[in-house]
Amino acid sequence: MNAADVSASVDLRRAPLERRALRSAMLTGGAWLVAVIAAVPLLSVLYMLVSHGGARLNVEALTTLPPAGFEMGGGFGNALVGTLVVVAIGAAIAVPVGIAAAVFLAELGSTSSLANVARFATKTLTGLPSILAGVFAYALVVLVTGTYSAPAGGVALSLLMVPTVILTAEEALKMVPKIMKDAAYGMGCTRTQVIARVLLPTALPGILTGVMLAVARAAGETAPLLFTALFSNYWLYQDGHLGLMQPTASLAVLIYNFSGMPFDNQIELAWAASLVLVLIVLVINVASRLLGKPKI
Amino acid sequence: MASVAAVAERPAEARSNWVMDCKLDKIYYGQFEAVRDSHVPIEKGRITGFIGPSGCGKSTVLRSLNRMNDLVTGFRFEGHVQFQGQDLYGKGVDPVIVRRYIGMVFQQPNPFSMSIYDNVAFGLRLNRFKGDLDARVQHALERAALWDEVKDKLKAGGLSLSGGQQQRLCIARAIATEPTVLLMDEPCSALDPIATRRVEELMLELKRDYTIVLVTHNMQQATRVADTTAFFSVDISKGTRTGYLVEMGPTQQIFESPVEKLTREYVRGEFS
Repeated sequence: MNAADVSASVDLRRAPLERRALRSAMLTGGAWLVAVIAAVPLLSVLYMLVSHGGARLNVEALTTLPPAGFEMGGGFGNALVGTLVVVAIGAAIAVPVGIAAAVFLAELGSTSSLANVARFATKTLTGLPSILAGVFAYALVVLVTGTYSAPAGGVALSLLMVPTVILTAEEALKMVPKIMKDAAYGMGCTRTQVIARVLLPTALPGILTGVMLAVARAAGETAPLLFTALFSNYWLYQDGHLGLMQPTASLAVLIYNFSGMPFDNQIELAWAASLVLVLIVLVINVASRLLGKPKI
Repeated sequence: MASVAAVAERPAEARSNWVMDCKLDKIYYGQFEAVRDSHVPIEKGRITGFIGPSGCGKSTVLRSLNRMNDLVTGFRFEGHVQFQGQDLYGKGVDPVIVRRYIGMVFQQPNPFSMSIYDNVAFGLRLNRFKGDLDARVQHALERAALWDEVKDKLKAGGLSLSGGQQQRLCIARAIATEPTVLLMDEPCSALDPIATRRVEELMLELKRDYTIVLVTHNMQQATRVADTTAFFSVDISKGTRTGYLVEMGPTQQIFESPVEKLTREYVRGEFS
């Protein structure tokens, strides 16, 4: 019997109730459901924060100092500034170090034993409990300088940022096609020029994504700041004096402090501060997605 | 080796026209002997084609001519490549500087992920070119027969072009710095027939100013563009696959009346 003989009995129409079709529909439905569930935590957290903290989120909250005990009103302006400053210090340390390390891992000594050790250490550091980063920075900066400060907080955060920056930047650098490097060498580039003019610019979107993710993670960290930046009820810059080497407020620690207080005003502010913090993280993540798109 | 002897016996006036004199005694990748005993002179202002079956070392030889192979770990070279009175493999020679005089166009079009303009200007900026950058970029694009297609979108990304345009962009990038010799490693193998034809026309146009060495797996391409053809083959007699030069001469002679039996069999398509 050849194909022509059976053709009359072959039915090519869709049969939705057939077992294979049913199973396919069920699995597709299941995948949809799980995808929806994955989005639920973020959306419910956002909903909760908006409903609790949205009411107090106004200019006053963003621009005034935290209230004392039974005081009404107030805000968390100093904590917002503090978070931005501490994260900026952390990024200023972590980004150059991380990118330089990634260049070594991806390009200069990718098969050397030093690279293997460094890669292992980096991956281990990714899982470092963030409170230990705080303890480390406490020993390294707070004990040495004799004071809690924004730079101490920055060092603690940089410790958490470095592994993310290194690993994503290494991946991004490795993604640069070899033929592009060949082209650069063929033009008479030195190794340094290949890295600076071709490798890093080509990998830039990927590297920026990693930096943004690291920054977003660091912005929300509380534990490392407890021993390092501590907290303050005053502005970083007050009475014509920049108190960089003094305890510094941050949103995460403010939330931690205020949420345990028995005053409604402080608890409302803690909700509003949480909302601001999540919005910062969200904006950074969206920005990283936009920057991460490779340019043609 | 008959061919080596034949080359060596050429009169001195022919030698004076050599822009490169390449004596490749041995090329190793680690323990693997990739190429042996090949003497390949490159004549000025002409297109020299390298043909031969896969694994015959023609690309290895080409990449040895501007020290691109130095980037391959385990690469070892025995021999001499004379260029402008110096041995490229001599002591103290910087491969980076060699590559500025001996440019390269690769098999896969490989523009940088930057604008068309920046791609062409890349080498000029590398060499801290002080003159009129716009004019040089335009000139290089015109010479690469790409100017008319891209003059209105110089800021567009080099990778947004079609494959054939990308390859012409790479040629423009290579000639912008006006190298003496242009090495082309199967520049058309990733292109469609129409794009291939355009690149071939371009090569014939460019040989007025540049010496071109072309590796091709396409014998018709060699007959169409090469003035001189070198045929490489693989020696499997010692249990390894070592490439060597079988015969080299004017293209017409190589294809119509080759001296070596192996060449005759290859150009007739009796083996590949």
